[in-house]
Order: sequence, then C-alpha cells, then structure tokens
Amino acid sequence: MSFKNQFDEEPELRPIDKDLWLHPRKQRPLPGDPESLEAPELAQALKNFRASVLAWSEAAYSRPRTAVKTVRQRSWRLAAGWALGCALVAGGVSGGIYERHHRQELARMAAARAAESERLVAEQRASQEEEDLLAKVDSDVSREVPSAMEPLAQLMTEDEAK
Amino acid sequence: MATAEEIAAQEFSRVVESHRPQIFRFLLASTRDPDLAETLTQECFLKAHRNWGSFRGESSAMTWLMRIAINLQKDHWRNRRMQFWRQARMNSVDLDEASEWLPSGERSAEQQLLAREQVGRVWKAVEGLSERQRTVFLLRYVEELELSEIARATGLSEGTVKAHLSRAVARVRAELGGRR
Repeated sequence: MSFKNQFDEEPELRPIDKDLWLHPRKQRPLPGDPESLEAPELAQALKNFRASVLAWSEAAYSRPRTAVKTVRQRSWRLAAGWALGCALVAGGVSGGIYERHHRQELARMAAARAAESERLVAEQRASQEEEDLLAKVDSDVSREVPSAMEPLAQLMTEDEAK
Repeated sequence: MATAEEIAAQEFSRVVESHRPQIFRFLLASTRDPDLAETLTQECFLKAHRNWGSFRGESSAMTWLMRIAINLQKDHWRNRRMQFWRQARMNSVDLDEASEWLPSGERSAEQQLLAREQVGRVWKAVEGLSERQRTVFLLRYVEELELSEIARATGLSEGTVKAHLSRAVARVRAELGGRR
C-alpha cells in the first residue's frame, strides 16, 4: 500500500487535523464546522503539553546534578552485577569440578568391581581346570588298572573255584 | 592568532551552549527520565565533538545533533532490551508526576486542573505511540521543527513523517475525546 493510500485511508485524519499538524502554530478553525469545536481543545492540549514539557525540562536542566548518587547507584549495580557473575562462575566451576570428581569416583569403583569380578572368574576357571585335570587322571587310572590287573584277577578267580 | 583547531573548538562550544537545552528537553520527553536524559545528552555532545570535523553543514547543527540524539536513544533501548535483568525505565517519572509540570502563569485553579488533566491525557497517548511516532510527535509539537527538519533528523521521508504524525495526532485526539 502506497503512502498516499495510507494517508487517504487514515480514518482518524480529518481536514482540521491536517491543518493542525501542518501548521501547529497557525490554527485556523473553520467557522460553523462541528470539527472546530474539537480542534481548539486538541490545540490547547498540545499547547499545554508543550508548556509542561518545557517547564519540566527547564527545572530538570537547572537542578543540582546528582552525580555522586548516580555513580553510587551505578557502582552498586556494577558491584551487584559482578557479585552475581562471580557467584554464577564459582557455582559453575565448583559444579563442574564436583561432577568431574563424581564421574572419576564412579569410574574408579566400576573399574574395581570389574577387576574383582575378573579375578573371581579367573579363580573359578583355575579351580575348574584343576578339577577337570584330576577327574581326567582319575578316569585314566580307573580305566587302565583293571586291564593291567586282569591276569591276577583271573588267577584269583580260578583259585577260588578250586 | 587562533589556529583552525581553536576556531573549531570555539564554534563547537557555541553549538553546545545554544543547543544543549533543546537536546536535553527532547531526550527528557522521550525517556521521562532526567538522569538518563542527562547521560544521553552528554553522550550526544561527546559523539558530536568527535565527529565535528565531518559535519559539513548540509543540514543545520540542530538537525544534526537531533539525529545523533535519536540514534543514541534507539541504541539505548535496544541495549536495554538485551539486559533483561535490569529493570527497564527504572528512573522514569510516571505519567501523573510528569503531568504536574505546568508553567506558573496567571491561571485559575480550575484552569490549572484542566490543563493538568489534558497534559496527563496527552502523555498517556504519547506513551502508547510507537517509537517512531513518538519521536516525530515530540519533534513536531514540543520542538516545533518543520516537517523537512524532522525528516532529516529521523532519516525518514517527509511522507512517512506525515503518516506517523497523523497517526500520533489521531491517537492524542482519541485519548482526549474518549474520556469525556
């Protein structure tokens, strides 16, 4: 939408307003126009507003400066900002250190547990191997002795028969 | 015999002397914070002093200074928005207090009351304006700059200035008319 359209379609903009803002110091209310009853009020309000701002500005401009107070306020804010910043940094750093320490501790405990379980497995394996070996020896011995002793056993059987 | 630098310094001193109250007034009306207006005024003239050599006089010194002040004000609010933990408008004077200021003229108590009420309504309307509308409105109705000067100071076209101004006036009119 072009500016002209915006301007023309402005619902609140009435002919008396255009005159007012184009010539704020030269108000020309149209005689007999009902709008002219409102325009002087608007013009008067704007005039009072300007006078008010001028009076306030003049008083504020010539007031005693509060540099000390301002500096103190700013330094207080600065100090508070720094304190907050330091607290946040300290909190972050100590939290990080604690987290790291905690993780290291957990890792150490996990490593100890893993080593212990590995040791137990190794012991069990060694014990099992020993048992297996003894069983194998027993098995071998139990299988070989009867065949070696067989002639004697036969003799003993014949003697008994006689 | 004065050197070129001394002459420039003297010229700048005259500019500061003649335009400082007006720049302060505009910034005070824009921010409603005397301390902030004072700080921004100082920053404005500091910046102007640094760039005084590049001022070619294409516009008036007042328009040039006003443009610096407007940009400083914009930067201030932009930075303020970033600093969310700071309470915005901490030292701003509220509308009722701002409306208390009226020149001590020969007015009856009733007229004073009426004027104060009007001023309060205009302040309320001004508070509801966008940043650009408010700037244009204050430059026109407080500083009484011409439209072309406002256009140069704000960097807007005259047409845009007119559009902002008409909306601002419409808002003031609505505020004044809506409470009767």
